[in-house]
Amino acid sequence: MHFLPCRHRFRVVNAALGLAVATFALAVAGVAGRASLASADQAPTRAADPHFREALFYAYQGNFFEALERLDSELAQHYEVDERALDSLYAELADAEFSVGDFELRYRMHLRAGRAIRAVMAAEVPEPVREDAAYRLARLHFQKGQPRAALDALDSIGEAPPKNIRDAITYLRANVLLMLNRPSEAAEALRKIQNSEEFEGFSAYNLGIALLEGGEAAAAVRQLDRGGKIHAKDREAMAIRDKSNLVLGTLLGEAGENQRAQKTFERVRLEGPFSNQALLRAGWSEVTAGQFDRAVVPWTILAERDGTDEAVQEAQLALPFAYSKLNIHSRAAVLYERAASSFGSELGKIEASLGSIRDGNFLEALEREEIRQDRDWVIRLRSLPEAPETYYLVSLIASHDFQSALQNYLDLAEMRRKLLDWQRSLAAFEDMTQVRSRYYAPKIPEIDRRFRQLDAQMRVRLEQRRHLDERLTKMLTAPAPELLATADEQATRSSIENLRSRINRMGDSPGVSRQRKRAERLLGVLSWRLETTYHERLTEVHTHLAVLNSDVKALEEQYARFVRTRQAAAHSYVGYTGPIQNLDERVRIALDAISTIREQQGQVLEEVAIRELERRRERLRAHQNKARFAFADSYDRAAKHRIAP
Amino acid sequence: MQSGRAIRTAFFERAQKIQSKLMRPRVAGLFVILMFLAAIAPGIALAKDAKNTTKALPTQSLDEQVQEIKSDVLAIAAELSNLEEKLIYPSNTQVAIFVELDADRPVPIDSARLSIDGELVAHHIYTFKELEALSKGGVQRIFTGNLPTGKHRLDVSFTGGRGEANGFELAETFAFDKEVDPKLVGITLGAGVVGNPTLAIENW
Repeated sequence: MHFLPCRHRFRVVNAALGLAVATFALAVAGVAGRASLASADQAPTRAADPHFREALFYAYQGNFFEALERLDSELAQHYEVDERALDSLYAELADAEFSVGDFELRYRMHLRAGRAIRAVMAAEVPEPVREDAAYRLARLHFQKGQPRAALDALDSIGEAPPKNIRDAITYLRANVLLMLNRPSEAAEALRKIQNSEEFEGFSAYNLGIALLEGGEAAAAVRQLDRGGKIHAKDREAMAIRDKSNLVLGTLLGEAGENQRAQKTFERVRLEGPFSNQALLRAGWSEVTAGQFDRAVVPWTILAERDGTDEAVQEAQLALPFAYSKLNIHSRAAVLYERAASSFGSELGKIEASLGSIRDGNFLEALEREEIRQDRDWVIRLRSLPEAPETYYLVSLIASHDFQSALQNYLDLAEMRRKLLDWQRSLAAFEDMTQVRSRYYAPKIPEIDRRFRQLDAQMRVRLEQRRHLDERLTKMLTAPAPELLATADEQATRSSIENLRSRINRMGDSPGVSRQRKRAERLLGVLSWRLETTYHERLTEVHTHLAVLNSDVKALEEQYARFVRTRQAAAHSYVGYTGPIQNLDERVRIALDAISTIREQQGQVLEEVAIRELERRRERLRAHQNKARFAFADSYDRAAKHRIAP
Repeated sequence: MQSGRAIRTAFFERAQKIQSKLMRPRVAGLFVILMFLAAIAPGIALAKDAKNTTKALPTQSLDEQVQEIKSDVLAIAAELSNLEEKLIYPSNTQVAIFVELDADRPVPIDSARLSIDGELVAHHIYTFKELEALSKGGVQRIFTGNLPTGKHRLDVSFTGGRGEANGFELAETFAFDKEVDPKLVGITLGAGVVGNPTLAIENW
């Protein structure tokens, strides 16, 4: 399910450290990016839990804070559920835990990132899940620069790991072994994935480096040649192909294989991240072969490019050198003069940049939102007219160490923005609870009093209904017509029975006897009526009871609704003061801490930037001096040439 | 001029080294490459050592502090969202509407409009990043709000493929019951069997 490749890292080329180091750095970058990409693309199914997928929605956009916030919250809720197996996250719990680790890693929270993965490994999970976790843990150790721990984690994976991460495991193992200075074993591992489509280019290039470090030079050259001819489908693959060609061309050129070197350099794209280096080295390779006229071609192209690039500056000096070797001293003099002037102008830019950084503009420029919307934002820094402080720092900014420090700085800035926003939200929440309290608090006691009355009445009626129901049920087996008499009938019966009692007390005269019989006849008529209409009456009572049941149900629903609303009303303002104040305090403390650390982090960035600019200034000054003296020399020679043709 | 020549010589030290190589008898082929590579191997190792010993940015302790703050801020965020949910979207009235793209046949959507009971509740224009995230399996929560229990009507309309021949506009109505639990509604967009865009709404 996870995760995104860190694409921009392929531009991470620290020219100052030299080609070989840059090469090695790329191999390392490759594993992080590709291995992550592998598990992202090979995820077999989509998550079902919408909240998990919502977290992924943010993560896929690179918004790892939001992704972590949502997934942490979802996981916390899942662990609070009584029957977890019924929760929608249950089936993909391991995946979610892995993703937390991935997000934390991508959000540069290495200290926490391993926690979730280790939790999965410690739990009773199926073997493929455990092996996947071991792979992720190894990747984490590798990225933290702990190759031995990474290898231990990889060694805990069995012979047949899950198919979707098999190549990624091998690729990671190879890179770990390279980091441990075990190139032969790394090469052996890399040979196994040479046909892997996923790692094509990276595996070829890294195998070349492993062979080179293992002393198998000829095989390394063949391998880099292969890496330089791969069919590249995306930017990363094209960059690694260019890198292979650059390394190979340099090796061949320095070894005197100039023709092969030239052909290799020609395979590097003219507009790729390595094109300046390739043009520069192609020129030197021609010079090595004594072909000064041919060296002029790449250097002329390069000298016209962006003047802040170190390779371009070297070409501006090397181009007149080539002309001087061709005895075209007048052209050389013109170009030396132009170079000296260009270096002077660049020195002016550096001084301006230094001043601007000291004025605090550098960090401001790096924070500009519109720049970072673009994945090529580092490159775009060079062309921003209002940000001269960044002109000379593109390669520095693109370097991994600087990026980590910069990202921390930007993360702190982002967190500060969020915290300030939350501070306003908390104030609004407090207002909201107070408004609700003012509205509900006076009303609720009266509502509760009235509710208690209604509740008592309702309970009586419900009890009556229950009693009626019981009696009717009994009447189905033991008929009792008298119970179905109407109130009039019951009053009539009572009157007749009273009369009969009175008659009985009057003695036994014929008149009395007649009246007694009359009363008994009337009682008989009443009983007759009740007996003969018993079924109709029973049916009618049942019908009425059914209607009553439906009314009772509606009443119960309304009762429940009222109870919920009453609870919601209380919950809408009671019990929030403490948490809000607590959160407000924590936000304030976090803001204070961020303010301090951000300042320190900013100072570090500025100091590093100033050091880099000073280094470039020294180099440019040296270039300028060389150009000036060489200009004088070429001018002399050109003059002599004119005097004595 | 003498000093100028000296500087020039120093500057072109690299070129002269190359030239001096040219003066050596050339042994073509693999042997030279092997010799060279053997020669530069320590260079690579040295360079690698140089990388390892290069003064790292002094951010280690700062980095740990930043990570600690991130943990704290994330914890605050979690509590805050919990608080927000209780205060603003209590579960008995909460309604959330999600948008996803069909895993196998996603369609390029440009904008969405949602109305509940005839009232516009959400209007969204999609960025490229959001579309990419949706097509990878992410789900967008496009609306969260409150509704009383009972029957409601959701009207949705999506546009897509703007500026292309196969531009489309889809509209659908969905009746749903809001009960006492939080209500989740999912909208799925995809390409039908013959490639025509489809829209499905269901309870999640």
